[in-house]
Amino acid sequence: MTGHRVQLDEGADPSGFRLAVRRLLAAAVPPDEVAWTIGRGSDLFGSDLPEEAPPVPLPRALHQLVEPVVCHSDPERYALLYTLTWRVRHGEPALLQDPSDPLVHRLERMRKAIRRDVHKMHAFLRFRRTEDPNGAERFVAWFEPEHHILDAAAPFFVDRFRSMAWSILTPSGSRHWDGRSLLRGPPATRADAPEGDAFEAGWRGYYESVFNPARVNPGVMRGEMPKKYWRNMPEAQAIPHLIRSAPARVRDMLEQEAAMPAKRNPDKAVASMFDQEPRTLEELNRIIAASEPLVPGATRAVLGEGPIGAAIALVGEQPGDQEDLQGHPFVGPAGQLLDQVMTEAAVDRGRVYITNAVKHFKFEQRGKRRIHQKPTAGEVKHYRWWLMRELDFVRPELTVALGVTALLALAGKALPIGKNRGEMMFEDRPGFVTVHPSYLLRLPDEAAKRQAYDAYLADFRRMRRMVERIEAASA
Amino acid sequence: MGATLDEKLKAKLRILADAAKYDASCASSGAPKRSGGMTGLGSTTGAGICHAYTPDGRCVSLLKILLTNYCLFDCAYCVNRRSSNVRRARFTVDEVVKLTIEFYKRNYIEGLFLSSGIIRSPDHTMEEMMRVAKALRRDHGFAGYIHLKTIPEASPWLIEQAGLWADRLSINLELPSQRSLKRLAPEKDGTTIRTAMGQMRERIAEAREEKRRFSPAGQSTQVIVGADDTTDEAVLQSSAGLYERYDLKRVYYSAFSPIPEPSRVLPVKPPPMQRESRLYQADWLLRHYGFTVAEIAAGGEGGMLDLGIDPKLAWALKNRDRFPVDVNTGERELLLRVPGLGARAVDRIIQARRHRRLRLEDVARLSSGLRRARPFLIAADHRPVRLTDRLDLRRLVTSPVPQQMSLFA
Ligand code: SF4
Repeated sequence: MTGHRVQLDEGADPSGFRLAVRRLLAAAVPPDEVAWTIGRGSDLFGSDLPEEAPPVPLPRALHQLVEPVVCHSDPERYALLYTLTWRVRHGEPALLQDPSDPLVHRLERMRKAIRRDVHKMHAFLRFRRTEDPNGAERFVAWFEPEHHILDAAAPFFVDRFRSMAWSILTPSGSRHWDGRSLLRGPPATRADAPEGDAFEAGWRGYYESVFNPARVNPGVMRGEMPKKYWRNMPEAQAIPHLIRSAPARVRDMLEQEAAMPAKRNPDKAVASMFDQEPRTLEELNRIIAASEPLVPGATRAVLGEGPIGAAIALVGEQPGDQEDLQGHPFVGPAGQLLDQVMTEAAVDRGRVYITNAVKHFKFEQRGKRRIHQKPTAGEVKHYRWWLMRELDFVRPELTVALGVTALLALAGKALPIGKNRGEMMFEDRPGFVTVHPSYLLRLPDEAAKRQAYDAYLADFRRMRRMVERIEAASA
Repeated sequence: MGATLDEKLKAKLRILADAAKYDASCASSGAPKRSGGMTGLGSTTGAGICHAYTPDGRCVSLLKILLTNYCLFDCAYCVNRRSSNVRRARFTVDEVVKLTIEFYKRNYIEGLFLSSGIIRSPDHTMEEMMRVAKALRRDHGFAGYIHLKTIPEASPWLIEQAGLWADRLSINLELPSQRSLKRLAPEKDGTTIRTAMGQMRERIAEAREEKRRFSPAGQSTQVIVGADDTTDEAVLQSSAGLYERYDLKRVYYSAFSPIPEPSRVLPVKPPPMQRESRLYQADWLLRHYGFTVAEIAAGGEGGMLDLGIDPKLAWALKNRDRFPVDVNTGERELLLRVPGLGARAVDRIIQARRHRRLRLEDVARLSSGLRRARPFLIAADHRPVRLTDRLDLRRLVTSPVPQQMSLFA
């Protein structure tokens, strides 16, 4: 006959259970000699068990089963869990890996029931808004879970509604969140929760409207949302009427004659709405300026500058720190170098359009410094649509890729500069490939700089001659 | 932001929810796990939560609405087409934001699913939708789920902007063939739709590679079935192609449903709803069980799936020589083909049989579909004696289905 009686707390008492297990195992008490009862306090009666016992090493899978199953409302839960623990300790260490064992199967099902109950609480709990005398808002919910899951379900609400103040009231306890900590409160009744909420009628209207009467299938609904939850869900009040009126609504729909269109055929409106492309460079620039940067950083879009119909369009990589602050392209050291080389090459500065492949400054903040980051291929492709439109409006004689990013944008694929330096067609645009001016600025020694500058100057002279050739041919 | 909902907004909400209900997609899963933190609002758990179910058995997970049901297009199957006489309404960006936030705070929804009729221009429409998502994320720190139904005719840069804020973007294919599209949705262009899907795929892949945020839950689409004469096989063929070419997360099937104000070119009778669920089952076999479209179609007749039984059973009945499979020794691929055994059950069987020779009662604990699986299985205590040869097998494994309330009889 039973030698020991274990008394555990109401609700889920995982720590009481763990302590009892330790003491029972220490004294080698088999499961059928323990009677588990639920009331106040963790106690072992009629026993000569040790007061304290060392923790017993148990498989992780067992812990993972105990944690949810103690929340179950089945009074047998502790007895079942202890039997399982006993068997694992006495010759069946792999018991939990056999889902077809009847005890494992039953506990598995209890675990599932808990998971489901927690899930249903996450889904079907409804907050109502209240205001304290100072006008601060608090959202209060009344919920009746089937099992002892309040603590298991609460973290979800903390995570989701961290910036709100809220309370969840249940018949077996309450939890209150003030934006910082979760406080335990006593059991509550439905009367402790607010009566209604200003958004409930709107919500019910929404719920009614999303229901399609032609597909009525209440069985599936009840399977997923058992009736016991309906009492506390404001939208569920509409269900009986929705079901009752469905057949008539469908009949009405089917009987309705195909209606004559009420409106004139708006062919013109339809035709014109496809015509949505920006029509001028200003329109395009307005779109670019209003768009969110696709790269991290960037205070503003830096737009291209120069005349429509320019002889040469220079395409750089992206605005830098200075350009981002001033809102103009090539105003920093690289821009000054460009000015110098164009002057020396006798390229008419007034006939050059200058822009970037990427319209925003991508950078990483390190302390006070904003460190330039190279745009990724995806980012370049995104901005490519804009660049191509832009060039369509500017219609330059010659389009110049300054550096590898510009080349990627203009050619539509990644290509090295070295092999491609010089003339190149960008689809049907006459083009030219050279380095980005900042490449020259980065060269370490003077001799290399000098040499690179000469090559750069030669490139710009070639560009000028190309333009002259093109203009002569079209004249 | 006001704490009340005035009558005008309530009325608009009814109209614009009603107008959105024919879109089948509602899932709120697949977004990266995140939380709005100390000052923001909301979280995504990765799985998505259905906050209610309506009497049609479908779940309410998102606030699914149209920005407006005015539309310049005239798609025959759509209640919002320009030639329909339904009541019209239009939300402002702020109104949608307010509804989403307030509903979310009361735990009614997981987030927003926003679609729209096309007004003024595709770009204008797309931009307004994008602004809703942007305001939610940026001005309200909203971390819940956002799904935008993109307008395929809108400019790529707008769609790209939308992808910065949304969890999922989708483009509705609506009709599986170019021919049907031409007939039923005259302003829509299949090529434009597919091009947009292709671009979307590329954007999503790039962003993933570069660890940027762009529609992290991927893209999906919806196909309407029963509004034209496309066979199930052709529908599935089209889906298989979509999964393959555009890396879609889901294809949703929406049995064409009678709508108020029907157009004259539509069939009078909607298809049986069973057709839709068979397509979903077939789609599932396609994606998770290694079936090919040809195999699935072979289970039915003339390119149509068998409405009476699920496609896996239909296939098994036509391939009886492959059965029975031994639960204690059969390979995973073979067990997966057994009617009634789902992938999870198969995994559990494989796990359990390492510990014992499984008997039927063990299998019953591992799978809820034993009754259907039985004639196709060998267990330690069970060997179906030529059961697979029986002519009445079909009747044996299917119970007379309780007739669903028939509204179209
Ligand atoms: S584009 Fe076609 S499907 Fe979309 S709302 Fe307009 S009419 Fe309906």
